[in-house]
Amino acid sequence: MSTAFSPDAAATRTATAAGRPGAPAEAPPDAPPEAPPGVSLSARGLSLGYDGRTVVRDLDLEVPNARITSIIGPNGCGKSTLLKGLGRILPPIAGEVLLDGRAMTKWPSREIARRLSMLPQTPQAPSGLTVADLVSRGRHPRQKWYQQFSATDESAVGSALEATDLADLAACLLEDLSGGQRQRAWISMTIAQETGILLLDEPTTYLDLAHQLEVLELVQRLNRADGRTVVMVLHDISLAARYSDHIVAMKDGGIVAQGTPADVVTAELLEEVFGLRANVIADPLTGRPHVLPIGVA
Amino acid sequence: MSAPPLSLEPKAARRSGLPSRMQFPAAMAVLLAAVAVSLAFGGQPSTFSDLWHALVTPDSSAMDVTIRELRWPRTLNGLVAGACLGLAGALTQGHTRNPIAEPGLLGINQGAALAIVAVTALSGPPLPFVEALLAFTGALVTCSLVFALGSAARVGATPVTLVLSGAAVSFLAGGLVSGIVLLNEAALDTLRFWQVGSLVAREGVLDSVWPFVLAGAVLAAANIAPLNALALGEDNAVSLGVSVRRSRALGIAGVTLLAGSAVTLAGPIAFAGLLVPHAARAVAGADYRRLIPLSAVLGSALVLFADTAGRLIARPGELSVGVVIAVVGAPLFIHLARRRRLVRL
Amino acid sequence: MPPLMLSSSNYAGIRALRTRRSSWRWNPRVLILGIILAVLVFAAMGVHVAYGGLPLAYGDVLRSLLGDASQPRTYLAVTEFRAPRMVAALVVGLCLAAAGAITQSVARNPLASPDILGITSGASFGAVSVLVIAGGGYAGLSGLAATVGLPAAAFTMGLVTGAAAYVLAYRNGLDSYRLVLVGLGLNGLATSLTTWLLTLGDVTNAGQALTWMMGSLNGRDWPLVVPMTMFAVPLLVLACFAGRWLELLSFGEDTATGLGIRTGRIRVLCLSLAVLLASIGTVLAGPLTFVALASPQIARILCRTAVPPVAASALTGALFVLLADTVAAHALPVSLPVGVATAVLGAPYLIYLVLNYQRRLT
Repeated sequence: MSTAFSPDAAATRTATAAGRPGAPAEAPPDAPPEAPPGVSLSARGLSLGYDGRTVVRDLDLEVPNARITSIIGPNGCGKSTLLKGLGRILPPIAGEVLLDGRAMTKWPSREIARRLSMLPQTPQAPSGLTVADLVSRGRHPRQKWYQQFSATDESAVGSALEATDLADLAACLLEDLSGGQRQRAWISMTIAQETGILLLDEPTTYLDLAHQLEVLELVQRLNRADGRTVVMVLHDISLAARYSDHIVAMKDGGIVAQGTPADVVTAELLEEVFGLRANVIADPLTGRPHVLPIGVA
Repeated sequence: MSAPPLSLEPKAARRSGLPSRMQFPAAMAVLLAAVAVSLAFGGQPSTFSDLWHALVTPDSSAMDVTIRELRWPRTLNGLVAGACLGLAGALTQGHTRNPIAEPGLLGINQGAALAIVAVTALSGPPLPFVEALLAFTGALVTCSLVFALGSAARVGATPVTLVLSGAAVSFLAGGLVSGIVLLNEAALDTLRFWQVGSLVAREGVLDSVWPFVLAGAVLAAANIAPLNALALGEDNAVSLGVSVRRSRALGIAGVTLLAGSAVTLAGPIAFAGLLVPHAARAVAGADYRRLIPLSAVLGSALVLFADTAGRLIARPGELSVGVVIAVVGAPLFIHLARRRRLVRL
Repeated sequence: MPPLMLSSSNYAGIRALRTRRSSWRWNPRVLILGIILAVLVFAAMGVHVAYGGLPLAYGDVLRSLLGDASQPRTYLAVTEFRAPRMVAALVVGLCLAAAGAITQSVARNPLASPDILGITSGASFGAVSVLVIAGGGYAGLSGLAATVGLPAAAFTMGLVTGAAAYVLAYRNGLDSYRLVLVGLGLNGLATSLTTWLLTLGDVTNAGQALTWMMGSLNGRDWPLVVPMTMFAVPLLVLACFAGRWLELLSFGEDTATGLGIRTGRIRVLCLSLAVLLASIGTVLAGPLTFVALASPQIARILCRTAVPPVAASALTGALFVLLADTVAAHALPVSLPVGVATAVLGAPYLIYLVLNYQRRLT
């Protein structure tokens, strides 16, 4: 882990004005970079569903550029569905998703894949695949049939593996890795795709707390270093608050609240969205909101 | 990702719109109708009043004799064969956890065919009773062979090894059958009529088969609890205290007896073993306590309706029951496969 | 760097050859096995053509193949009887195995083969209909009905069944599990109707039909073999190029879409290719089940790849059919159809697979 992003370093930086009155100084671990000339992602009047059942209804969302956005909400509220819609894996029933101001359906699929990468919730890989092989698949959108593994591809795969600390395991079989390593390998594949936008569906599922932090630190590094826009679905509200710049709270297929962690993660909202009574305190280290559950409302 | 949490429970409980209390009685009513229809209609034109006459005030009129001497044994035959097919299908799919598995996958039909064809080639066309005996022996031997082979695998008898060894033995037997019938015309002639399946009762066959049917049905009943546990995966089944190895052995023994009996009674009726459990699952959901009895009842009903339809459509000849089941069953099966929520085992 | 200079690289097992503007991935194991298989296929072609009803000197056979007509009897036997049958065996093996590799990858199920989708049984139904309806009662099928009608009916019915499987399984996109189920339904329907047809004709026709249903290369001559081969070659080339898509499809719908693959369209393309290839194979030799099922998996195990490599699968299939036909025609005093041999020879492979089965195939 790079020390540049350590909490101590963050604590010494100046606070932003986003904190509630009386809350300790609150700042992201590192000031997010100014929005680069990246790609913008937004949804307008978006409805999504499966087999005629609408799950997400008439939703508007502007994903902040070059920031980390987390979507939180109770099971079945449509978080993952929304993420699939944003990643054009699920075509909209109504409304549209705009990539760079142009409707997703109007983009060639390969062009989208050069701007936006997506990690599904439970990605499947055929057996007998090495880590390097998996990560190299991320280069597909930039390859042609006569350009199967150029020097550029090789260096992109190499740096994706470096970024995820997997360079030593490059030649290992995917099925021989631990859960955390495997998740990093998949994230590595999306990194090798070299896109401005990264969509991650519950990247910390099945991981222990240390590995969860490891993955989220990695996500933060990717955002801070290259100004990537990240949208992820997270279950753990405290972790979402700690690592995100922007939080979107969903319930019953719609957005209930969005804004900075401090604005969104409040006791009132937790009760409204999750039906959970909880104390929200400020994390002594980061100043971000931290949830201490009391009981079910 | 599901809709609001409240809708979860009714969705799980409701499959066909029939309350679960009514499913079995409704199926029995359908079966009763199938029996009545099978007795009342046939190659010779007749009505329900003829049936009433034959049942209540029998005399020696031609129609009474037809119903009592021809249609009744045939109906009984179909009743038993259909129940066997339904049960065998449900057991096979449950144990292989493979929705496209059917007893035919375990090589039973090819084995029966091989026994019949080989004996025909050696000593001429067999008598009907001998043919049935050969079918039963062939089916039993093949199925035991498949199970032995599947168990000899390093990982033991798992769904995949069973299906693979079934395919291997089917191929082998099928190849031998083709080889023999291409060299021997009498064998070919026997085979092609046996192959389509028919419910025409052969004297003494049902009398000698029923103990095996009964044993198979008992094994099927004994398999209900283990199958419910196995449906959650082998690891969960073990932690629920189920001996996977023993219940699988019992299940395969049951399939062997039931499918062997069905082949003996009616020839290879393809498709019924595949179709019936899917239909039962569409009505009753995944609980084997309801699925197993329902498969038996629906199997009988399907076979009887199909046989009656075959007699009526092609009067004065008849369309064999296997063909009718395929023609009726295939669209139904495809419809089931197209349902919104696919059943996964 | 000059434009055509080659450089090679090996990054953690990913090997690539590069020129300035292009780069090609290669797998040494697949390449070497491919070469070995190709050599073996050539040898098998030689063996196949060298054996026949008449005992002929190998040298004469070779000379006749090269166009030397100085020995008219040998020349006629080789060019008019043995060569077309040999080419038919080769094409059948290539086509069926390639179709099997594609369907197994698309359906992500090693037991899925064109017969699961009902293609081969549909083709059988077409062929047997012609045999029974047009065959009359005398000496079986002959004339135009035999040379054009039967192959055309088989081909059409194969395509119709494949298309029906696709259309019926389509519902908000194509679920490969649903495709297998629907295909199985169609397969049952076609098989059952075919067995029923068998009871209609007289026993001579039934024998002919059964030979066809088992798979046979008897009497395949140039008027059938040449057009089918011309048709097959471009499709086989396409199938080899489809390999890259198949690898990506094996990651599942979501990941493949995320990488910019139009999964729906690609599946339709791949399956259409498989249906066409399987139909060609079935027209030439009838439904040789085992070839499409086993060859891709044998090739996959040999090459240790994640999905069956198309080219190696096709070569494995060709080798298998050539050897099986040689054995079936000459091992016994009576000549048997090749399907008997593929079934009997293939069973041990499956038994091997069972005994050594360790982890999930899917």
